[in-house]
Amino acid sequence: MSNILILGATSDIAVATARKFAAEKHDIQLAGRNIENLLPLKTDLNVRFGVNTDVFKFDASDFKSHKPFYSGLPKKPDVVICVFGYMVEEEIAGDNWEEAEKMINVNFTGAASILNIIAKDFEEKGNGVIVGISSVAGERGRQSKLFYGSAKAGFSTFLDGLRNRTASKGVHVLSVKPGFVYTKMTSELDLPGILTAKPEQVGKAIYNGVQKRKNTIYVKWMWKWIMLIIKSIPEPLFKKMNL
Amino acid sequence: MKKKVTNWGNYPVIHVEEKQFSFQNELSEINHIKGNIIARGLGRCYGDASLGDNIISTLKFDKVLSFSKETGEIECESGVSLADILDFSVPSGWFLPVTPGTKFVTVGGAVASDVHGKNHHVEGSFSNHVIHIKILLSNGEIVICGPNSNKELFEATCGGMGLTGLIISVKFKLKQIETAYISQKQIKANNLEEIINLFQEHKEATYSMAWIDCLKKGRNFGRSILMVGEHAKKSEIKKKDPLILPSKMKLSIPFNFPGFILNTFSIKSFNFLYYHKNTKRTIENIIPYEPFFYPLDSILNWNRMYGKNGFVQYQFVLPLENSHKGLIDILTRISKKGMGSFLAVLKLFGKQESLISFPMEGFTLALDFPIKKGLFEFLNELDKVVLNYGGRIYLTKDARMNSEVFWNSYPNINQFLSIVNKYNPEFKYSSLQSKRLISPKLS
Repeated sequence: MSNILILGATSDIAVATARKFAAEKHDIQLAGRNIENLLPLKTDLNVRFGVNTDVFKFDASDFKSHKPFYSGLPKKPDVVICVFGYMVEEEIAGDNWEEAEKMINVNFTGAASILNIIAKDFEEKGNGVIVGISSVAGERGRQSKLFYGSAKAGFSTFLDGLRNRTASKGVHVLSVKPGFVYTKMTSELDLPGILTAKPEQVGKAIYNGVQKRKNTIYVKWMWKWIMLIIKSIPEPLFKKMNL
Repeated sequence: MKKKVTNWGNYPVIHVEEKQFSFQNELSEINHIKGNIIARGLGRCYGDASLGDNIISTLKFDKVLSFSKETGEIECESGVSLADILDFSVPSGWFLPVTPGTKFVTVGGAVASDVHGKNHHVEGSFSNHVIHIKILLSNGEIVICGPNSNKELFEATCGGMGLTGLIISVKFKLKQIETAYISQKQIKANNLEEIINLFQEHKEATYSMAWIDCLKKGRNFGRSILMVGEHAKKSEIKKKDPLILPSKMKLSIPFNFPGFILNTFSIKSFNFLYYHKNTKRTIENIIPYEPFFYPLDSILNWNRMYGKNGFVQYQFVLPLENSHKGLIDILTRISKKGMGSFLAVLKLFGKQESLISFPMEGFTLALDFPIKKGLFEFLNELDKVVLNYGGRIYLTKDARMNSEVFWNSYPNINQFLSIVNKYNPEFKYSSLQSKRLISPKLS
């Protein structure tokens, strides 16, 4: 039985992932900005699966708080799953630097900051698993996901680099690129069923990815090929496309 | 964005905005939605009770807030399903106090429909086991109500089809069990009279219901199989852990069956086989609780059997003194029309004091009718018969009853509406069903 730390534990993917790990009898530490919102999930995991759960305040964009947050954890995790993210429509971000900056700060800088702190601890211990929920949006820059996509690209590259740094020290890094997911964030969109995962499927894929020590997973297998095609379009052509 | 939404009967189908919420601090936004709103859980009501201008899905509001293994008291957010509860409660020796024929309903829906089960005659309906409910009113206030506090709001919320406000959480008491098994007895009845007598004879049984063949005419008119059951005792089970069931595969119906598959011939054949699969008059055995309570849950999407036009489940109850005569009358009309269904379920309710809940002492019959030409006219005719015998129709299954019938069959409707009016004065919470049944009388 290990101890799982979930960063950004209020999202639909986080809830489903927490339930999957709890169902496999792992203790869960839930971290997020709003403790009030985490408390129902804490009892839920405890009642349903009989595991120990705890909640902690964590703010991804408050970088200075990251060190005290981690050193304040009463029990250090064996697996950390970084789920938090922030997205606004690019038209809004284009005219409003604060929103653009927040997307960069949460999705890239905040994630890199906290995971680096945790990775250092894991490397010292000589074990641990780091899971980062990045995005297929980070695979190639395009106008409809300008800031979000580039922040996630940075995060994906960070995870690759981190894996390279920690591999020899017994620490594993898993990058997750879920593609479309049925969540509250996307509930207003008409998503293609065949390409869209349920949060429970993402949770299960993450669990399996951790068990099998995978490097990168796409939840729906088609995404790997779709992104391969998108990445192989020559730039002179791509730049004129409306994507 | 508007989405296609339809409930279990696949009728009616609407395109509508659906909003989700996960946390209590998002509730304030709900009352700011323009237009009418209605809560929806797993969509297992058959008709239009949880359809409306704006749908509030409770499915992400699905956290179990507390559970005591000592007392069996449990509190959960309204989107938690009964299936979720069974998953953890049964292994620790607790069962649902009342369960409908599917476990895929939410706790909020169970209260709003005030669901009943095979044990109604001894243990009442779901609301009899509720300790309290938290409800969001149309003025934004969150109120706790129960049998001892805000009693009128509580009574109008149980079976009130979501018209008093949005049910946020429910605290209720589970029932202690020694095993996850049911000791059941199946008894064949040759005709209607026999099955009615069998129900009376087995009044002491905790669980009872019957499957009835609606198409059989003549000597075997109303032939049935009565199923009674008790939670098996520890001493009856020779398993290491009698509270754990072996897991099993689920079947799923992947697409809508074409209309021609279900016809009088195929239904008659099914009913013949079903009746004669029990070669002995009486069978006694011990089975896991799942096939006893939820025989159809093992076939996911069984509603697709009725094709893309959907179906209506018609469930009525007749007062005890009129039940025999009324059932003969109604079953005769159904077998004459040849419109009967695979599954007709007969059950004897016990006494119930209710404001707006469906059950009353007497027999209830539930049948499925695939939607086709002439069906609604026929059901209107049946409504009148039900009304004449002093009976009523279950709102949770209803998609088509007219306002007149509803108004004349629920005797406390005026009192119910005056309470609704107090807590939901502008009918902010209203469904397509409430618009069909209630609004015509008010304007």
